[in-house]
Amino acid sequence: MACYTANWDPLGEEAFYRKFELYSMAWNLKEDLRDCLVAAAPYGGPIALLKNNLRKEKSPGSRPLLEIYSASGVPLASVLWKSGQVVQLGWTASEDLLCIQEDGTVLIYNLFCEFKRHFSMGNEVLQNHVREAKVFHTEYGTGVAILTGAHRFSLTTNIDNLKLRRMPEVPGLQKLPSCWAVLSQDRVTIILLAVGQDLYLLDNTSCSVVTPPGISPHAGAYVQMAVSFNYCHLALFTDTGSIWMGTSSLKEKLGEFSCDFRAPPRQMVWCTRPRSKQRAVVVAWDRRLLVAGNSKECIQFVLDEDSYLVPELDGVRIFSRTTHEFLHEIPEASEEIFKIASMAPGALLLEAQREYEKESQKADEYLREIKDQNLLSEAARQCIEAAGYEHEPETQKSLLRAASFGKCFLDKFSPESFVRTCRDLRVLNAIRDYQIGIPLTFAQYKQLTIEVLLDRLVLRRLYPLAIKICEYLRLSEFQGVSRILAHWACYKVQQKDKSDEEVAHAVNQKLGDTPGISYSEIAARAYDCGRTELAIKLLEYEPRSGEQVPLLLKMKKSQLALNKAIESGDTDLVYTVVLHLKNELNRGTFFMTLQKQPVALSLYRQFCKHQELETLKDLYNQDDDHQELGNFHVHSSYSSEKRIEGRVAALQNAVDEYYKAKNEFAAKATEDQIKLLRMQRRLQDDLDKPYVDYSLHDTVYGLVLDGNHKRAEQLYREFRIPDKRFWWLKIGALAEREDWEEMEKFSKSKKSPIGYLPFVEICMKHHNRHEAKKYAARVTPEQRVKAHILVGELDQAADAAIEHKNENEMNLVLSKCTAATDSSVGEKINRAKAQILKK
Amino acid sequence: MSPLDRIANVSILKVVLLSRPRITNMKYVADIVNADKATGRSRKYKIIFSPQKFYTCELVLEEEGIYGDVTCDEWAFYLLPLDDDLLSMELPEFFRDYFLEGDQRWISAVARALQLLNSLFGPFTHTYGIGRCAKMVYEVWRELVEESEGDSQARRPEISHVFLMDRDVDYVTALCSQVVYEGLVDDTFRIKCGSVDFGPDVTSSDRSFKVLLNAQDKVFSEIRNEHFSNVFGFLSQKARNLQTQYDRRRGMDIKQMKNFVSQELKGLKQEHRLLSLHIGACESIMKKKTKQDFQELLKTEHSLLEGFDIRESTSYIEEHIDRQVSPSESLRLMCLLSVTENGLIPKDYRSLKTQYLQSYGPEHLLTFHNLKRIGLLTEQAPGETLTAVESKVSKLVTDRAAGKLTDAFNSLARKSNFRGLSKKLGLIPRVDGEYNLKVPRDMAYVFSGAYVPLSCKIIEQVLERKGWLGLEEVVRLLNGNEFAPTEPVTEENPAWEVQRVILAVFLGGCTFSEISALRFLGKEKGYKFIFLTTAIASSARLMDAMLEAKV
Repeated sequence: MACYTANWDPLGEEAFYRKFELYSMAWNLKEDLRDCLVAAAPYGGPIALLKNNLRKEKSPGSRPLLEIYSASGVPLASVLWKSGQVVQLGWTASEDLLCIQEDGTVLIYNLFCEFKRHFSMGNEVLQNHVREAKVFHTEYGTGVAILTGAHRFSLTTNIDNLKLRRMPEVPGLQKLPSCWAVLSQDRVTIILLAVGQDLYLLDNTSCSVVTPPGISPHAGAYVQMAVSFNYCHLALFTDTGSIWMGTSSLKEKLGEFSCDFRAPPRQMVWCTRPRSKQRAVVVAWDRRLLVAGNSKECIQFVLDEDSYLVPELDGVRIFSRTTHEFLHEIPEASEEIFKIASMAPGALLLEAQREYEKESQKADEYLREIKDQNLLSEAARQCIEAAGYEHEPETQKSLLRAASFGKCFLDKFSPESFVRTCRDLRVLNAIRDYQIGIPLTFAQYKQLTIEVLLDRLVLRRLYPLAIKICEYLRLSEFQGVSRILAHWACYKVQQKDKSDEEVAHAVNQKLGDTPGISYSEIAARAYDCGRTELAIKLLEYEPRSGEQVPLLLKMKKSQLALNKAIESGDTDLVYTVVLHLKNELNRGTFFMTLQKQPVALSLYRQFCKHQELETLKDLYNQDDDHQELGNFHVHSSYSSEKRIEGRVAALQNAVDEYYKAKNEFAAKATEDQIKLLRMQRRLQDDLDKPYVDYSLHDTVYGLVLDGNHKRAEQLYREFRIPDKRFWWLKIGALAEREDWEEMEKFSKSKKSPIGYLPFVEICMKHHNRHEAKKYAARVTPEQRVKAHILVGELDQAADAAIEHKNENEMNLVLSKCTAATDSSVGEKINRAKAQILKK
Repeated sequence: MSPLDRIANVSILKVVLLSRPRITNMKYVADIVNADKATGRSRKYKIIFSPQKFYTCELVLEEEGIYGDVTCDEWAFYLLPLDDDLLSMELPEFFRDYFLEGDQRWISAVARALQLLNSLFGPFTHTYGIGRCAKMVYEVWRELVEESEGDSQARRPEISHVFLMDRDVDYVTALCSQVVYEGLVDDTFRIKCGSVDFGPDVTSSDRSFKVLLNAQDKVFSEIRNEHFSNVFGFLSQKARNLQTQYDRRRGMDIKQMKNFVSQELKGLKQEHRLLSLHIGACESIMKKKTKQDFQELLKTEHSLLEGFDIRESTSYIEEHIDRQVSPSESLRLMCLLSVTENGLIPKDYRSLKTQYLQSYGPEHLLTFHNLKRIGLLTEQAPGETLTAVESKVSKLVTDRAAGKLTDAFNSLARKSNFRGLSKKLGLIPRVDGEYNLKVPRDMAYVFSGAYVPLSCKIIEQVLERKGWLGLEEVVRLLNGNEFAPTEPVTEENPAWEVQRVILAVFLGGCTFSEISALRFLGKEKGYKFIFLTTAIASSARLMDAMLEAKV
């Protein structure tokens, strides 16, 4: 391992940089990179090349060719470019390719060169053309900024929620700025541009001239600028070869470097990492690469070929026709461990472990040395951290082995970080494989999160790998495996070369009933691709019938949808389908459909009851449901009809329907009601009192109460009111009227069908004891005791009870006796009881 | 203008309406909005649907032309705990919607409520039930469980047993007059959401008093499950105790007095207040019940239950109607007669209905139609044997193609077979001598010892037998649709067997008498019952739900 630090280059006192190869490119590129439009997505993303773009002569045979490769140069897709002149390529945060055309149209393609959509950067661009464009990423999403031929800037901060902002004019700007950049500060996106020796800041409303602090007055004109990955830092390159580095707020200067080359660099990017010791920029010319920081010296590399720089969160990727390299500042943990002659605990632990493997006792010495300083856990931590920064599995392993070795001598060392690092590295190594070609570093991976990484794998259709990762990391099925399988299935249904049967079968084979899988979503995708039959087949696998319905409706399979909705038992869903059908079908077919589905029919009826009474009638009519039709008319006779004639007519309809329904009872009852209504109407006219809407009982009662005995009798006969009811009703009304004379007359008119006890009761209720007594005498012997008690004649009650020799009655009387007033009665009864007992 | 509007000097405030998802409610909303529009007021409206939004509601809003003016939201509120052991969904409309109109819209709401409890206190491993609706709820709930499986961890269930029952399995119990205190209070004053409004006749003052009735009320919790005849005695005993506690303050020194005032007095006063309220309530109940010859009424009900003196009972009912005692009471008695007798004989059916129409108005023709449809008031069909009905039922149930659905579509009024059930399950206790209501022997005490509530008896039997085994005949008489855990139940843990917690779910409502009876059963057998009901039911509420009244 002596050579481990061989590729380390110091920059100033503090930091080391190293450049190592990620891949040798598999793409066999014929052209020079400089002849292509190039865009590489951050986070180890794909590379897009547009060849032949700049060729002026537009011969039909040499159309531009758009090609997309993985970071390792494996071709993903390519397409002949048939649209307009492209100014700039760029990648969105979700790895879609943006192709910004001269006319301001932005076309969006996915990773596989499949066109997704397009949008425009505004109409004014049509004439002025886009001269330059930049794609940038902020917390709002992916943004696009353009510079038009009229020297005006326009931008949008989020292409998914397009809001174009036209930036204010730069006063006196006659030519294109020499360089410009998009900055994002405090959630505001601004543009910094350089014209010769002047710097302008463009925000939403104004344009201001700015001067970087501490810049030498002889620095010269700005030719290149670079903004760091996190928008915190800014670097400016002038035509005198001076590089100014500072914060992007232009409030602080971080350093300055003056280099020998004055030619404008091809590219300049920042090379930092979180918590970096040194802030450095990487400047690339045709054949030269230079790393400059805040120190006199710089690091220089020779470039053999055209190279392209991709700034990352923690370094810079550099790719050319043959290789893909990564340049970064050595992280602290690695530096501590691997620096030559380092005595850091991590370094010692690594050494100890190596000695241990050699079965040398030196292992113990090293270990003791760490333990004496009480730094063993720190040592293990360093090794684990450093392992994360390593690209070579071998180095990762030896560091992890050391950590694991150190862990053995520790009591309380949480295994979590070790296990997590092992797992993460396993995942990272898998995706770094050149077949996959996503060279993520540990820091980038953490920033990106596993969920996004999985999304990206899915986007690249690397389903098996994604699933393996989910299983390996034991992610919950719901957000892991199931989701990926669903994506796979959605992709699968788009494969047009397979038959519906085959695809449906394949999908079901693989998915089975994995929890969280929505077959309806997959079916929806199939339908979107125009494969209705396949969609229906797939829906069959959907266990929740409720989920099937919306799609079936969309596919105009209404009948099937109705069946499924009913099967789901979800009333709301049935309603949705029914009311959908109502609009879709003509009335006749609609009714016919409902006929076949009693549940749907009954639900629709309920809806009609509230909303469409007439439809309800039609429905019953169609069914020949005369009973319900009768009910319908009865209901409307008292709810919607106000005039008597109308009500009678409604009731007459009801009678007809009831007869048709062979419900004679209801028909008769309704006929009676018609008769009553007419009668009540007459009464109302004659007597000038409201009678309509009372029940028969109440009507007769009212008549008696008003002394209209004749008319009451008439109703009694006409409606064949049972005697009992009539007597109850009449004595009640008479008593209320306190017409005792009439009551007595009535009582004598014939023998009471309800006996005479009710007379006694009703008189007592109206506190007329005198009258009550009259009737008490006429009560049947069985009820006499009760009657006497009611009127308060305990003595006679007792006599009656004794006469009946009925013990229960005697007790009843006894219970009513109070010692003070009725002692004689009490004695009488007790005597009688005693007598009975004797016998 | 509301105060806040005035401060802000604009009318931007929203009108927020909390509503059940019903078409009629939407029409009220439309009226409000349109009235505002007519007067030129522009406001924002928000309707919060509880427990969920229905498509029809949106459609009605659209048809009324106010869809653009309102925004909608859902509040998934399912369970209102009325007491320590009583959860209500407060969906009184469930009964009419499902059993009369065949509308299954609430099924998923119940299933979701069940799933909520399952996720909190489950997993429910022993699920029993009977009834079409119960079966549907069970199925929908199972689907919910399967969907959410994975995020629930295995743990020891607090509730492991669930019993689901349709109201139409047992109408008889719900139709009987209640004589347990809580039931009586409900019948007399109507308990609403666990609280009752005692009017001036109870409070013996000029204002009425709202009282929460639950286990927190010390006095009430002791008498709620008692037969009414014991309540007075208990209350007077309690009053005496209270007096002695008050009397203790005599002969106290200052310090003790201070203690008494600061610690006990408030509690005593509270108790005093409650006691006087309940005594007032008792008096008021007594007054009402004696006036209507309550004893006579109970006697009639008991003979209906036992199946004696049917003629006499019929003429009692007739008199009841003729004297216009109360429309819903008369109807209740008719229904009780019909349900216990498997329908009325045609002559009575016609004459009672005629009488009823004469007394209470012709629109009840539709009420009768409803009652017939739901099977509460039917005519004994000559010639149609039980088996014919049965074969129809079984065909409906097995007809899977037609789905779960035809089930609910109840054009078919079911037979109650009460007589047979009563005999099979021994619902009428044979009494030697007086039934001691102070020390009840069985659940029959909730009906003065005359009748063991059918619903409760079924639950008891099934729990005892751990399934429906041996109850085949009963199930047949109940028209089937029973279910039980499919796998043989392993009683792995004897520890929780000691204190079994059982969730009794009533679809379509349960009465306080049933609750009291099951509480009693629980005490006897060492179970603890938790009740989940769509709403509290009573005979009057059932009847009201069937009534087609004039608007």
